[in-house]
Amino acid sequence: MQNLFFTSLLVLTGGSIISLIVQRDTKLSYVSSVFSMFGSLLALIFSIGALITQSTLTTTLPTSFPMFNISLHIDPLAAFFILIVSLIALPASLYGIVYMKQYAIEYNLGVFGFFYNIFLISLLLVITAHNALYFLFVWEIMSLSSLFLVIFENKKLQIIKSGFIYFIMTHAATAFILLSFLLLFQFTGSFDFETIKQHFASIPFVIQTIIFLCMIIGFGTKAGIVPFHIWLPWAHSAAPSHVSSLMSGVMIKIGIFMLFKMFLDILPQTPLWLGYVVLIIGAVSSILGVLYALSEHDIKRLLAYHSIENIGIILLGLGSGLIFIALKQPSLAMLAITAGLFHTLNHAVFKSLLFLGAGSVISQTHTRNIEEYGGLIKLMPYTAIFFLVGAVAISGLPPFNGFVSEWLTFQSLFSGIATSSILIKSIFIFGAACLTFTGGLAAACFVKAFGITFLARSRSIESEKATEVSPLLLISMGTLAVLCLTLGVFSFFVITNIQLIVKSLSLFASKTSSLSSTGISLQVNQNVAHLNMPVIFLVMAVFIALSFGLVYIVSRKQKVVLRTVWDCGFNALSPKMEITATGFSRTLILIFRGIFQPSKQHEIEYVDADIRYFSKSKTVTLGIVNIYEAYLYYPLHNGLSIISKQIRKIQSGNVNQYLLYIFILLLGLLIFARY
Amino acid sequence: MSIFIIILKLILLPTLSPLCVGIVRKVKAYMQNRRGAGIFQPYYDLWKLFHKDEVIARDASWIFYLTPFLLFGLSILLPLGIPLLGSIESLSFFGDFIITIYLLATMTFFIALSGLDVGSAFGGFGSSREMTIAALTEGTLLFSFLPIALVTHTTNVILMATTASGLPFFNYLPFVIAFMGFFIALMAETGRIPFDNPSTHLELTMIHEAMILEYSGKRLALIEWANANKFIFFIILGVNLFFP
Repeated sequence: MQNLFFTSLLVLTGGSIISLIVQRDTKLSYVSSVFSMFGSLLALIFSIGALITQSTLTTTLPTSFPMFNISLHIDPLAAFFILIVSLIALPASLYGIVYMKQYAIEYNLGVFGFFYNIFLISLLLVITAHNALYFLFVWEIMSLSSLFLVIFENKKLQIIKSGFIYFIMTHAATAFILLSFLLLFQFTGSFDFETIKQHFASIPFVIQTIIFLCMIIGFGTKAGIVPFHIWLPWAHSAAPSHVSSLMSGVMIKIGIFMLFKMFLDILPQTPLWLGYVVLIIGAVSSILGVLYALSEHDIKRLLAYHSIENIGIILLGLGSGLIFIALKQPSLAMLAITAGLFHTLNHAVFKSLLFLGAGSVISQTHTRNIEEYGGLIKLMPYTAIFFLVGAVAISGLPPFNGFVSEWLTFQSLFSGIATSSILIKSIFIFGAACLTFTGGLAAACFVKAFGITFLARSRSIESEKATEVSPLLLISMGTLAVLCLTLGVFSFFVITNIQLIVKSLSLFASKTSSLSSTGISLQVNQNVAHLNMPVIFLVMAVFIALSFGLVYIVSRKQKVVLRTVWDCGFNALSPKMEITATGFSRTLILIFRGIFQPSKQHEIEYVDADIRYFSKSKTVTLGIVNIYEAYLYYPLHNGLSIISKQIRKIQSGNVNQYLLYIFILLLGLLIFARY
Repeated sequence: MSIFIIILKLILLPTLSPLCVGIVRKVKAYMQNRRGAGIFQPYYDLWKLFHKDEVIARDASWIFYLTPFLLFGLSILLPLGIPLLGSIESLSFFGDFIITIYLLATMTFFIALSGLDVGSAFGGFGSSREMTIAALTEGTLLFSFLPIALVTHTTNVILMATTASGLPFFNYLPFVIAFMGFFIALMAETGRIPFDNPSTHLELTMIHEAMILEYSGKRLALIEWANANKFIFFIILGVNLFFP
């Protein structure tokens, strides 16, 4: 069993080395992707096996460094995340075989293959790491390898800038994680998670609070919570699309995984306020993520903002779970955590599907601006269907998987509203309100994303020339699309298994969950709520087919005539008269103008400046202010520069002055040593 | 027995819905000092539309072709989750009010897509407006159910209705507030004044009509019928929950 995991690591390592060896021959660049596919397939089989047997594997390899043990620990929770990683890595690697060919002339694919495989290895290692120092080591490999994947198109200035933002943010996150681990070390005397788990209760309350906050900021930045999310839209839009799908589908989930692992397993019995904080962060992230997605018309940035939204939904589940744990209601907590875990899986599937779909569109049209697409459904019919599946799933519409996990999250929030305390009630109401609006706004956003991209007529010459992408790309998207539907319809089966994972946590040992599946239907808390996905899917399919059949029988004799669209009697409609993505979301942006602070600039140039009747050209620029950058990051940046400038005064370049510093320091040390 | 009731439920709603629309129009006509068409006029309209040839825009894709069937199919299965005819089938057979709301959202999603599909200037704006309103009403609708769900300790509409009818009189205060919310959501979802005007074709004011402007013949009939179904469904739901 364990050997399967190590074999998978070996295969991936082999892939990365071979990729460097064959880098001169671009025809062989697919070899490393084949290795990554094979490696992730092995990891997939391993994780399914580990989940079925519910076994926990622990291995420790001592090294010559003190405190630094390579210790692996694969419990069912870790196995579940290995499943997510390998499930997405498999189609993404398949996609990469063909997708990377477009870069072959300009960039070095061998180096890409190297970092891609290293990235996959580091994802698997981070999940299994059980020693804080070793964890930080592989965490850093993960951050750096993904950074090199982000800046792969290094001849574009924009992409280097994105990489830089990602680099800064990810290391700020690591700093917070490091701080929390150092504090844990100081008070427990160990970097080993197992020892930390046993001694955590002895740490003073204030230090515990600091540790929790550092972890939320550190792992939350990686996951993309508001307001530390600013790197996501940059990094995810810069990377090649299948890497974006891995980063958005999988890598940000590692942050989520660590939050789950830390708060539910390593540092259990978290205080009540932590639940509040996580829930509120989740609610705010979800609503702000979707609002910013609405205002975006770069397709990959739009999807990146949706990742922030979905991370928010996952945190709503985790947050309510933590609150229930603190309130000593483990059965409700199990429901909420199941909701969070299931949404993690679902989001990985549909978000990577959407990124792969977006990648196919970009590879054909060579632009990320959705205003320049249009009419692609006729040119790329299969990509359109798969993207539509992803869009319907992420909007949380039945019968797809997104609906089921949102339903579970709603149920756990509703159970929270039913508690007696007014404070807890109102926090849960806030969460539920954010979640409902998120659902509605996500649907609006994906009507925009799908409609403007695939429907109506082409808006640019590039998109008129688009053709369907190669079958390999379609297979990888199709697999994920089928998964979206299966995870939704057979959710009762998946949820039963996720419940087992939750039950395996020591926190919930021998507790019963309030969520149960009776036959094929889900049931919350004895008759509080039911959901029967197979029946829902079946009746939906049957009724749509039925209405089709009946109408065919009634009016099959009537003719169908094809004509051009009604153009109000003027000349033929041009694509300019279609609605644009900006126009589509403008109404909603104006409704939420308090958050967006939309700006509008008019520039009119007149033929004759004195007689202002005939204008030569008119430009209207619609924009929104990035409030995080304007109110949080710029002041921070300015403050840092001012402090740096002040500190620079110390460094005068005069040797005598430096000698004085050394003298003062020495004196200070002597005094310090004396007392 | 219960399968018989389910089938009856599924047939009754679409048969009665045009009548309901006819009655609403008649009442509206009286209030405007007109005589108005007979209450069976919607049936004649549907009959007429089903027997007309169709004109479809050349730019339309399969989304445009499929949406009316999807809309109609979903609109007749909506009542599965609500009590009607006093029927109590197995509670776990279908789902709760969240699935009902999301089924409505699915309908809105696809009709908005088909509004964008033909690429006319009207359809796009219709879709934009529809999605704006839908995004905000979805929450309203959910939150108008929530007080009743909390009082009755269930989100299953069938259980909610049966439990609510047995409650003492005091507990009705949250119902009144919830009903106000529900009423606003009802107006918005079914496209009534002040949100939308079902009988307008002025580009400044139409939402729903703008999206379906390019439909004709049997597909238009299906959409009209689906909307009538949705309308009567909302009325039944409201009666069941708020006036048990």
